[in-house]
Amino acid sequence: MSGLEHFRAENAVDAEVAIVGGGLIGCMTAHELRRRGRSVLVLERGLLGGQSSGVSFGSLRLQGQHAPELPLALHAQALWTEVETLIGESVEFAGHGHVHLAVDDAQEARLAGNAEHGRAFGLPIELIGRQEAIRRWPFLGASVRAASFSARDAVVNPRLVAPAFARAAQRLGATICERVEVLAARHDAGGFALQCRDRDGAERTLRAEVLVNAAGAWSGTLAGWFGETIPLFAAGPAEMVTEPVPRFVEPTMHVVDGSVLFRQTSRGNVVIGGHPRMSVDATTRRTRVPPDKMLTNLGRLVAIAPHLRAYAVIRSWTGIEGYLEDMMPVLGPSATTPGLFHACAFSGHGLQLGPAAAKALAELITTGATALPIAPFGIGRFSAEGRRQVHSLAEEFQDDVLHRPG
Amino acid sequence: MTRIVIVGAGPAGIAAADALSAAPVEVTLIDEAARPGGQLYRSPAPGLKLDMSRLLGSSHGAYAAFHDKAAGLCRRLDYRPGTLVWSIHGGAVHLASASGAAALPYDALILATGATDRIMPAPGWTLPGVFTLGGAQALLKDQGVAIGRRVVFCGSSPLLYLAASQYLRMGVKVAAVIDSTPFAAKLRALPDMARAPATLAAGLRAMAELRLGGVPIHQGARIERFEGEERLAAVQCRAGAGQLVRIACDAAAYGHGLRPEAQLAELAGCELRYDPVQRLHLPVIDGDGRAGERLYIAGDGGHIGGGQAASLSGALAAAALLDDLGLPASDVDRAGSRRSLARLRGFPNGIAAAFRWPREQVVALADDTILCRCENIRVGEVRAALRQPMASPDANRIKAVSRCGMGRCQGRFCGPALAELVGAGHAGELDRLRAQAPIKPLPIALAGEAAP
Repeated sequence: MSGLEHFRAENAVDAEVAIVGGGLIGCMTAHELRRRGRSVLVLERGLLGGQSSGVSFGSLRLQGQHAPELPLALHAQALWTEVETLIGESVEFAGHGHVHLAVDDAQEARLAGNAEHGRAFGLPIELIGRQEAIRRWPFLGASVRAASFSARDAVVNPRLVAPAFARAAQRLGATICERVEVLAARHDAGGFALQCRDRDGAERTLRAEVLVNAAGAWSGTLAGWFGETIPLFAAGPAEMVTEPVPRFVEPTMHVVDGSVLFRQTSRGNVVIGGHPRMSVDATTRRTRVPPDKMLTNLGRLVAIAPHLRAYAVIRSWTGIEGYLEDMMPVLGPSATTPGLFHACAFSGHGLQLGPAAAKALAELITTGATALPIAPFGIGRFSAEGRRQVHSLAEEFQDDVLHRPG
Repeated sequence: MTRIVIVGAGPAGIAAADALSAAPVEVTLIDEAARPGGQLYRSPAPGLKLDMSRLLGSSHGAYAAFHDKAAGLCRRLDYRPGTLVWSIHGGAVHLASASGAAALPYDALILATGATDRIMPAPGWTLPGVFTLGGAQALLKDQGVAIGRRVVFCGSSPLLYLAASQYLRMGVKVAAVIDSTPFAAKLRALPDMARAPATLAAGLRAMAELRLGGVPIHQGARIERFEGEERLAAVQCRAGAGQLVRIACDAAAYGHGLRPEAQLAELAGCELRYDPVQRLHLPVIDGDGRAGERLYIAGDGGHIGGGQAASLSGALAAAALLDDLGLPASDVDRAGSRRSLARLRGFPNGIAAAFRWPREQVVALADDTILCRCENIRVGEVRAALRQPMASPDANRIKAVSRCGMGRCQGRFCGPALAELVGAGHAGELDRLRAQAPIKPLPIALAGEAAP
């Protein structure tokens, strides 16, 4: 019985835990909760992994990850190496490492800083001079001054992740509903009541003891129903892919400021990303990569890998991601409502942090505590001390994102 | 001055440019090909001595008149041949040509992007030697090259008899015409088809010519397989009576009707709506070609109707555009053109019946048949993706999971068959792959080199 049929069946699907949002965080959390024997219901308005989960570059990045996230990121990376065994299907995990590149003195200093920072957390990062970099990756262009290599960094195919975890959760007994929208939710003595509507317009109210807000860029709305504010904004990555190219590189190549990054899939296609992120329309949920942005990123690409000039780009895409200005997620219990947990606004880091975030959440829900390092991500951080910025946001976002109205 | 951009220099685009020629607007005419003509009036490469009057037969008059007009217009206009519009975004067309990439803002846009063959995958359809009907015609008209020495024309399309008769006229051996629509269905569609008497007459003339030339014509025959080891050696079909017929050949031209090239329309903001008769998503346009804000669509890129309809719709779109901009009206006979256009386009049932898209064949395809030729994805792989739990029958989802439609053509050719496969077993409307830029491969070299 599919999720939707289950949803429409006469008996209400009441679950111990209802998860709003079928992105990778929702699906991974459902899977972790089923492993711990909780009954779980995932409600996804569109298709599983249809927004930020499915459209990202696919990077599982440790090198350069900022301090508050790195401990959780390291836990997540260890879990990622076991994911395919755990869920019994491929998500095209490739542990070829990431190379960060510097094209000027400031960037070279940044490589050294990242390496030192990584070592402090037990992450080995190798610093590589230009000559050695050219020896290992002969395609590199003249502008590359230095490199650093982190062997533990990896990639997956993001399109496969959320559906694969949903299937794994479903095999363990979770109920997963696509095209079911949660219109409103309230908390009362009996737990949570969720007013839902399916694709045919049929409405019904579902009940759950615990509610997980994994609604990505739309999670602010759900938080608002319970008197909480998550000051998130929407933005999107600019992604492209080339036609198949003869194999030339194994690790992901990443100019250290994120202005361009690329990786080659096993089929030969080169996936290309590049900051800053763009403004997107979270209301219509339809966004495209502007052509000038594509050309800019391709110009940066050929500065790093000149031989790619001979090939063609065949597709571009983006999606809608939820960001917070401190570039960290909200992960943990609600400050207003017992039984409500937030796992959202991952600020572009959800794919990498996902397995550890889901594990932490499942532990919190089932035992009331977790040993995983999620303290920096509490929703309380927005109330008292105001917004903290740990990153240069100008590097991360276009002006139209940073100077958005409201 | 108001800048009008017309994309496509076929009959619709040239008619639109012509209707705008006296208006106080600046017209830029962009075409992917090196010379005007579109598919219908495609002309030989310069220096090639190709007897077009022999190739085209009785339609040579219209061809010559088109090129007379086009040559004059292209001299006067900002005409940009060899230029691909790879995206439309923010009120500008984005261009790629030998001279680089450029953005050209417009005040109004007329898309006259034409149509391409709709392909039904069949065992062996990706063998070297198998071409689309449109491709076979293009090679002949453009390069004076035949796709083979002994050619089978097969499928079901307005191009089927036309292309075969052109090859015959140029002295190529036409081994057979295999028409997958039964003759009885064609007869039933006759009253409808008679609303476009010129098109019908051309079709009947081509058929008669082929019969006179001794070409075997199999009607109501199902294409079973394109056979061959390294390349095509024969086409197998099952004739109406059920017997298997094998026709030796070294090339085949194949297609099942035409599909509007609507990717640019979608990027420009035009709504696409599913048409249950043609089983395709078509741009939503009004009778004059209005397709959205500052957006007009003319010719087969909006509705399949052939050259005459394309020409009328181009002029009407130009007139509508001038009206909407409050500019002096052109001398297009709007009422008359609308009547003629409505007549020419007003029989989608007839077209769909006379050139039947054999959708049930998709469901019957063997698992090992290639569906997506760019990514080499077989029917069975798409079926497996559909069978997975949590695999919504959504074409874009199945594309992401199976990689069908993810290659160089971005589903322009496998899309219709993928939609049928995804929709099999569902009574509702078919799904479609969303368009994304670039609509055709964009050479990275065009980006130049930026300091990172």
